[in-house]
Amino acid sequence: MHHVVLERWSRGSSFLHRRDARAKILALLAFLVVVATTSRAFEALAGFYLLLLVAAVIAAGLPAAGMLRRAAVVLPFSLTFAAISWLSGEPRQAVILIEKGYLSALAALLLVSTTPLPQLLRGLEMLGVPGFLLMVAQFLYRYLFVIVEQAHRMRLAGLCRGGLKRRSGGFRAAAGALGVLFARSYERAESIHRSMVSRGFQGHFQLLSSARFGWADAAFVCIAAGLPLAASFSARIWG
Amino acid sequence: MRHTGQSYAPVISVRDLHYQYEDGTVALAGVDFELHPGETVALFGANGSGKTTFVLHLNGLLEGSGSVEVCGLPVKKENLKRVRQKIGMVFQDPDDQLFMPSILEDVAFGALNLGLSAEEASERARIALEKVGMLESHDKAPYHLSAGQKKRVAIAGVLVMAPEILVLDEPTTFLDPPGQRALTTLLRELPQSKLIVTHDVEFARSLATRAVFFQKGRIAGEGAADRIIEQFQWDQKLCKGQYL
Repeated sequence: MHHVVLERWSRGSSFLHRRDARAKILALLAFLVVVATTSRAFEALAGFYLLLLVAAVIAAGLPAAGMLRRAAVVLPFSLTFAAISWLSGEPRQAVILIEKGYLSALAALLLVSTTPLPQLLRGLEMLGVPGFLLMVAQFLYRYLFVIVEQAHRMRLAGLCRGGLKRRSGGFRAAAGALGVLFARSYERAESIHRSMVSRGFQGHFQLLSSARFGWADAAFVCIAAGLPLAASFSARIWG
Repeated sequence: MRHTGQSYAPVISVRDLHYQYEDGTVALAGVDFELHPGETVALFGANGSGKTTFVLHLNGLLEGSGSVEVCGLPVKKENLKRVRQKIGMVFQDPDDQLFMPSILEDVAFGALNLGLSAEEASERARIALEKVGMLESHDKAPYHLSAGQKKRVAIAGVLVMAPEILVLDEPTTFLDPPGQRALTTLLRELPQSKLIVTHDVEFARSLATRAVFFQKGRIAGEGAADRIIEQFQWDQKLCKGQYL
């Protein structure tokens, strides 16, 4: 499954993997803001940004082809908006939209592929993201796999009884399965809560890892955020 | 029903426990029960006979009328933190219990909730994982494990809180025969008093010093596992289908 691969990649030990999650989140934010606000000479800059990201992917020891392919998951969404721009007579804007979407997705993917989820959530918490939101994200990530497996088993059971053959019947069966899946997930949520309370949970997650933001992390933020920023300013001045 | 022949004070003492669900279903209709130090008691009974409802009262997850004491502490709101440290509850589906992203973090969850520092909790979690033979997998994500391994980690997750009693709900569900054997060996080695809700008569025979049979929210029989299995025909070979 998709998130199992990312989980494996995130457990690496490269320079990028070893950086504090906050440093990587801040670098990503800076990159996203720079990409979103650059418009002049973006065609030329897009190549530079892509080069930067691919260099980081290689430095992190991640498979470049796999990363580039996975980042393309964003294309169906950006293509829709690009098509609207194209049809309204702005072909350049359409191309830029696709490029910006793809680069942003690749940068975000680089963050989650080099940061184990607990560290990522801890970093976000330390940067002020509400704890409740992060708890939801953590549970979603953990149980997505279980729920997808359940859905797969239900689909197989439906197929065995020929329930998904006819189009209209198929929709009815899918709707029913979705309802059952929701009810089961609700029951599971109650069981999980019971097991948490049984082990002394009182509403606040305590974590094992204690994050440290060192000089190397500060230097990383400066370089990772500085390079695209400098490129963007250069394009504004010279372009 | 009082258990005789033990000189130590019971670690669990339940008197006249009643519980009714919101839809009016009477789940427990006057249960009296004692668990003594070092005992392993199997809870038998048909689905819906009240076994799981009963064990959920032991650490205050459900609250009925009557009295429940764990290690001399009444199970009341003000004692819940201490009661939940003394009684380790292992649930039927380990996926419900392993919710943290890595195994070490999951096992340390209970220790951190006890107020231990991250270093102490981590150390205790490693010891608990070693006890169940899962230390090598400490940095894995729970969904990479087999059902038997998940069950072991779930047990480590309660051992880390140093409980005096272990309550296990259907522990052999999802396990293959080698997994069941390994679990039997592991549980036999653990010194805690144990209460095991199970349908697995062989598993109960190999572990239980006593068995209790639930019927319609009451304890209908209690004694040696073999005798209870025979009395209630609670075996595939003996069962005539009267519970279906």
